[in-house]
Order: sequence, then C-alpha cells, then structure tokens
Amino acid sequence: MPDTRQKTFVSVVAYYSPEGELRPLRILWRDGHHYPIDRILDVCPAASMKAGGCGTRFTCRIARQITYLFYEEGRWFVEEKRPAPSV
Amino acid sequence: MTRTILHADLNCFYASVECLLDPTIRDRPVAGCGSVESRHGIVLTKNYLAKPYGIKTGMAVWEAKRLCPDLVTVEARHGVYLRYARRVREIYSRYTDRVEPFGLDEAWLDVSGEDGKKLADELRQVILRECGLTVSVGVSDNKVYAKLGSDYKKPDATTVFLGDAIPSVVYPLPVSELLFVGRATSERLHRYRIDTIGDLARADPAFLKAVLGKNGVMLGKYARGEDESPVRPAELSEEVKSIGHSTTLPRDVKTMDEAHAVLTLLAEAVAGRLREHRLECRTVSLYLRQSDLKTFERQITLPSPTDLTLVIRDAAERLLYTLFDPQALAAAGLGVRSLGVRASMLSQKEEEIQLTFDPLPQVDERARRTERVLDDVRRRFGYFSLRRASMLTDPALTDYDIRGGVPTLPTAVNEVMRLD
Repeated sequence: MPDTRQKTFVSVVAYYSPEGELRPLRILWRDGHHYPIDRILDVCPAASMKAGGCGTRFTCRIARQITYLFYEEGRWFVEEKRPAPSV
Repeated sequence: MTRTILHADLNCFYASVECLLDPTIRDRPVAGCGSVESRHGIVLTKNYLAKPYGIKTGMAVWEAKRLCPDLVTVEARHGVYLRYARRVREIYSRYTDRVEPFGLDEAWLDVSGEDGKKLADELRQVILRECGLTVSVGVSDNKVYAKLGSDYKKPDATTVFLGDAIPSVVYPLPVSELLFVGRATSERLHRYRIDTIGDLARADPAFLKAVLGKNGVMLGKYARGEDESPVRPAELSEEVKSIGHSTTLPRDVKTMDEAHAVLTLLAEAVAGRLREHRLECRTVSLYLRQSDLKTFERQITLPSPTDLTLVIRDAAERLLYTLFDPQALAAAGLGVRSLGVRASMLSQKEEEIQLTFDPLPQVDERARRTERVLDDVRRRFGYFSLRRASMLTDPALTDYDIRGGVPTLPTAVNEVMRLD
C-alpha cells in the first residue's frame, strides 16, 4: 500500500515575535473551517518524505491530533491524507 | 598534524530532489531533462532506477525513452536545486567553517581533530532527516582520497580511506577514478601499463614527468595521497572563471546571416553579464555543434580586456568563419544545431578606463556609452523594452531573452531602435 499523503498548501494565521520568532496560530482549511493550533510540541528543520518538500517543521497539536505543519520558502503546507482510491 | 577531510557527494542530486518533491515518481526510473519543445531535450540527471537501463547524462530524451519506455521525464529546475544545495551547505557549516564546494552537489569539509567516520555518519543522517536527500561521504587525511571515498560506495554510505585500506582498496582501483585523470590521461597511462592507482603511485616521478609533464608528477603524488592542498572556504556561487551562453536553436541554422544574428544575441548576453559583475575578458571562445552532433570549440585572445558586446561579437564572428562553412555543411545535408559564446581570462574591471599612450579608439567610447544606456533601460523596463533591429528580422531565432525573460511586449515598430 503506497503512502497516501499529498502536499497541500494552506492558509495560516501566524504570530511574529519582536525577536523574529515565527509561530503559527491557526490553519484555515479550504472549506472555510478554522483549526486553532493548541500547542506546538516541536520545531525543527525537516524534510517531508510523505508529501515531498522540506523546510521548518512545526509539530502541532490540533484538537488532540498531532499534525506536522511545514513552513517552506514562505509558504505553509500539511501532509494531507489522500482519499482512498475507489476500486 | 594529520588532518581529517570529508568529501560529501549528494547522490544523483537533481533527480533526488525531483523524487523528494514528487513521492509518486520515487520508485520509478526518472530523468531530469531540458525542454523537449525547444529542442533542449537531453538527459541532465537520472536516478538510480534509471541507471540499469543504460541511460546516461547527455543522451537525447528520445534515445533514453527508447532504452526505457517507462522513464519519467521531468524538466530540470535549477532554482530549486540551488535552494536545496544551500540548505545542505548550511548543515555542513554547523560542523566546520572550512567547507569547499565542488559544484552544487559536492563539498570538502576539513574537520581535523574530530572522529571523521562518526561525523560522516551523523552528517548523512542529518541531511536525510532535514533535506530528504542521501549523501555518500569519503573520509581521509587528504582531499584526493576523500573524494575517491565518496565515489567508492553509493548511495548513502561512508567510506574511510586511511591506513590499511589504502594498499588493499585504493591501489587496485582503476586510475581513471582519480581526480583530474580524464579519458585522455588514462589512455596515455594505459600505454605504459599504468592502469590502477597503485601503478601510478609506484611509478617513478621522473618517468611521469617525461610522459605527462608537471601534471604527471602531481598525479603521482595524488595517487599516493600526498595532497596537502587546504580546504578552501568559498561561497556556493564560486568565483567566476568564465561567463558563457549557449543555445540550441529552434531549427538548424544554414546561413552565415542567421548565425551572425544568433552570435549577436549571445554576445550581448555575455557582455551584459560581464558588465553586471564588473568584469572584463581577455579570451572569447565560440562553441558550435552541428546537426550531426559533431562539436567544435575555438578561442581567440583579445588585444585588451573588454566588456563590450560588439567587440565580443566581432571576435566570435572571426571564429565562426573558421568553424562554419555553410556550403560544405549544406552539401552534407547538415546545419548548425547549437551555438555558444564564452568569455574567459576574466579580470576585475578598473573603475576608470585605463589611460594608455595609444588613445582608445573613439568608437569604443561611443559603444561603451551606448551599452551602458542599453543596460540601464533594460534593467528598469525589462529586456524587451529595447532591442537591436537585427534581432527582429527572424524572431523565432533571435527575438527572445536568452537570460531567461519572457517576452511581454508586442513587437511594434515604435519600440525598435537601431543600435548597430
């Protein structure tokens, strides 16, 4: 079973501290839904092997789910689950 | 003091980046190519899955597809590769400030005083985690063996060439594996039964000097790992040694006039970049590839350094007359497929034009002023705001910005200004 994740660029509301630190606050999904980020558990440079890309990876807790949010060249993306192929 | 030198080589760099960015092609043979539509369709890079099919860099895309019908071809994106190269470079710089890039995908690191093997393994892990790319790393006490090591085992491996590994592993390697031993040199050495690095290492320096000159002595030392050259920190944008532009033409060129027009376009791009970098060149080379893929290159040295389009074009034209015989080519059913102009022997341009006892010809000064205006207008309003009339006679051939711009303005008579 091949990996079923795809790279999906998303809108993000973020906060820049006076020190220049960047912190994402909410993800705006394409259906208009807002997903507030409850907590950022980790920040590190990382590649996304599943979606294809690399940048700063924020490990976020969103409604009890752990999600990676990547900041790559000024854009944000998530590794979205691809709908299972209909047989 | 014994040094610890690493040589890191990003495996199939361009293809690996493409595979990282598109997971769906990862387990298929992939080749990065120039654009097929504009006849730049050659293989620039391939991944490991494409190698067993015999696909080689420089091969035409149709040829590669014939060898491997399932080949995935992607158009090469240099900007993206440069970005990844910078990220990797940033990782190197965490370990040492002595990093010497060798192209985009290779670098030497001087990590003297550290455990080379341990550091090499860590480096591989970090680059994979942060950039999603694999590297081969060679570890030794000199640059030549370190490079040999990174080539020895691919992908994603560390090879240490020190101590006992040298006579048992390094010496039996073919001499062509050694840095700076190209095809011509290895054929030459083969005539004297020097086929392995060990043969070369054991060869008498006086003999090597007689056969290959000074370089022979140097290669003998390299073969023995006697290389003391330091790892020279440098920017990724290496020192410019030459500036060149070449183009594969949208159709084969058959007449001198067409070739002249292309040369003007190329000379203008080269001279523009020289001026941008405040450089002047002493040597101009012309590269010509016929439709049968036979390739020629000739160069000429100028009486004084220049950054002027017209001087570079005239030099290139003189070379063109020696390389291009339209009648003879046409008789053979051939034409010119690619042309290129390159400026080398570069020097920093003096702020003021140097005073000489022979006053510079007046035309030079006028040309200089004209080209300065041309640069300025183009910088502010884009390439297509000001063009040479001669570029418009055959738009398909010459009316485009060879440095990458896309035409935005329609061709109208009132924008045409005669410059030459």
